Amino acid sequence: MQQSPDQIRQAYRQMRLIREFEERLHVENPKGEIAGFTHLYSGQEAIAVGVCENLRESDFIISTHRGHGHALARGCDPRGMMHEIYGRADGLCKGRGGSMHIADLTKGMLGANGIVGAGQPIAVGAALACKARGDGSVAVSFTGDGASNQGTVFEAMNMAVVLKLPKLFALENNGYSEHTGASYGIGSDLKTRTEGFGIPVWEADGFDYFSVYEATEKALDYIRAGNGPAAILATATRYFGHFEGDPQAYRAKDEVKTFRETVDAMKTIREKVTGAGIFTAEELDEIDAEVLALIDSSVDSARNGPVPGEDILMSDVYIDY
Amino acid sequence: MAEMTMRDALNQALHQEMERDERVIVVGEDVAGGSGGSSGNEEAAGGIFGVTKGLKTRFGGNRVIDTPISESAIVGLANGAALAGMRPVAELMFADFVGVSLDQIFNQMAKFRYMFGGKAKTPVVLRMSMGAGMNAAAQHSQTIYPMLSAIPGLKVAIPSTPADAKGMLATAIRDDDPVIFFEHKALYARKGEVPEGEYLVPFGEAALLREGSDVTVVAIARMVPFAMKAVDKLAGEGITCDLIDMRTTSPIDEETILESLSQTGRLVVVDESNPICSIASEIAGLAASKGFHDLRAPVQKITAPHTPVPFARELERLYVPSPNDIEAAIRAVLKEV
Repeated sequence: MQQSPDQIRQAYRQMRLIREFEERLHVENPKGEIAGFTHLYSGQEAIAVGVCENLRESDFIISTHRGHGHALARGCDPRGMMHEIYGRADGLCKGRGGSMHIADLTKGMLGANGIVGAGQPIAVGAALACKARGDGSVAVSFTGDGASNQGTVFEAMNMAVVLKLPKLFALENNGYSEHTGASYGIGSDLKTRTEGFGIPVWEADGFDYFSVYEATEKALDYIRAGNGPAAILATATRYFGHFEGDPQAYRAKDEVKTFRETVDAMKTIREKVTGAGIFTAEELDEIDAEVLALIDSSVDSARNGPVPGEDILMSDVYIDY
Repeated sequence: MAEMTMRDALNQALHQEMERDERVIVVGEDVAGGSGGSSGNEEAAGGIFGVTKGLKTRFGGNRVIDTPISESAIVGLANGAALAGMRPVAELMFADFVGVSLDQIFNQMAKFRYMFGGKAKTPVVLRMSMGAGMNAAAQHSQTIYPMLSAIPGLKVAIPSTPADAKGMLATAIRDDDPVIFFEHKALYARKGEVPEGEYLVPFGEAALLREGSDVTVVAIARMVPFAMKAVDKLAGEGITCDLIDMRTTSPIDEETILESLSQTGRLVVVDESNPICSIASEIAGLAASKGFHDLRAPVQKITAPHTPVPFARELERLYVPSPNDIEAAIRAVLKEV
């Protein structure tokens, strides 16, 4: 734990923000005000934050359909995101994208993505731009165990190696590829497979912020030294279904409960931070209260946000047409 | 006849065809679901929309095959298995995922027979859900049938009723050519009378769902019930329309449309797709080239706008053609002389 108290406070707050954002959406979703598919990141907070706390302003990330955590960890505005998820004209994407397409280019966040495995080649391109810029910046793609079986991911891995690009593959194994177990869909294992492309892999405990942070730090040192791409492989679980409303018949009844009670990412970071005497439980509770108030007010304003109309439907298809 | 949803009608067709021909296999992501999961339930999904429910229990894991998320390999697998003598029914959860697997569709399955001197047979059925209605946004809501209908070698089937869903899926499975089978996700819960036992609906034959003398209304998929609403409302005012459900956009039943047009002289085409190179454009072109002398007014094309499918409820509602839009088009085509 060589991070400064400020860094740790920031990481804890980001994780709490993701957790409460998602837990609240899980409560709000069945009320019927949120349209479309919502895929929640609860359970995996340590991964997004452990990676993104290592990044510089000039770096890029690209996310997945389960993108809220990555977006928040990268600094996207939670209120703007909440408005987007509620389909509001003043949402981060004007209500056009919704949960699955949250993006903020001003934050180097190249978007959540509805197509599984689509982000990796795009991040290869962003990494090419980083290399051309020559400022040491990197591009990160988040890839689930499910997406890892897409040909696009294999192509992106090979091309990043061939072109020796500053690209981090952040591999997240949450145990399930939609409604099928990860072990069924992945023939060998993600580490061996990734190494087979010539990409070194640092493994991490996806429930432990410090473990992910340190693995990412090592991978980024390797990348920023000009060695080409590297990967981290973090294992955790998602607490909710593939999408909100998923009955999860593939999952044992007590599975999530056990994870929540034993290795939970918030529990883990709190224990480590208070155990090391960096912050007291009361100090962390204060952060929690601030985050909860922010979520409350974001939901309230999102519920009453402006409805998008014809002008938003018809604009931005092109820049000039 | 029994009343059932389109979802159950499709499921029945799959059961019956798998029973009838052991070369029929079902492949795709979560077509059974649950393998490798902690509950031990190895049929935990039955397809994301429940269309393939019960198949694995009935026919076993050798014929109902869950795949990793690998759309390109799913379609490639179906192509290869078909060339080697099987009759795969492959599923892409969402039509949008055609984007991931397009090479296997338009360079491979569509062209084998022609390129290989007429010696190849690729009896693949590629099922996929399509369409707006769930606020699933730009990458999970598209109706891309115009794009695939333009590819020689593919047949394209798009049922709008449970009975047609059953009969057309059975026909697709027995067809020796590759068939792209679109299922509108907003129609899965639509109920209707479905014939029991073996039931086949031939391709290239549109369905005349309403008969009238004033206007010919041609529609596809979810636009069929929308158009029916408009047509039935106008019938109350004494405006009567032929309502034609195209059912297949490749082949197109030109005869039924032209025959109707020769009686009415006025044409409204309703298509949920984007306007450029749409099926609406194709049918308007058909009227202009082969029905020109029958036309008494400009053809009305009702389509989505030239935009991606938006997310927010209000935006999606604006995007999708509505029964009101169709009613207005019918009135408009009657005014023009």
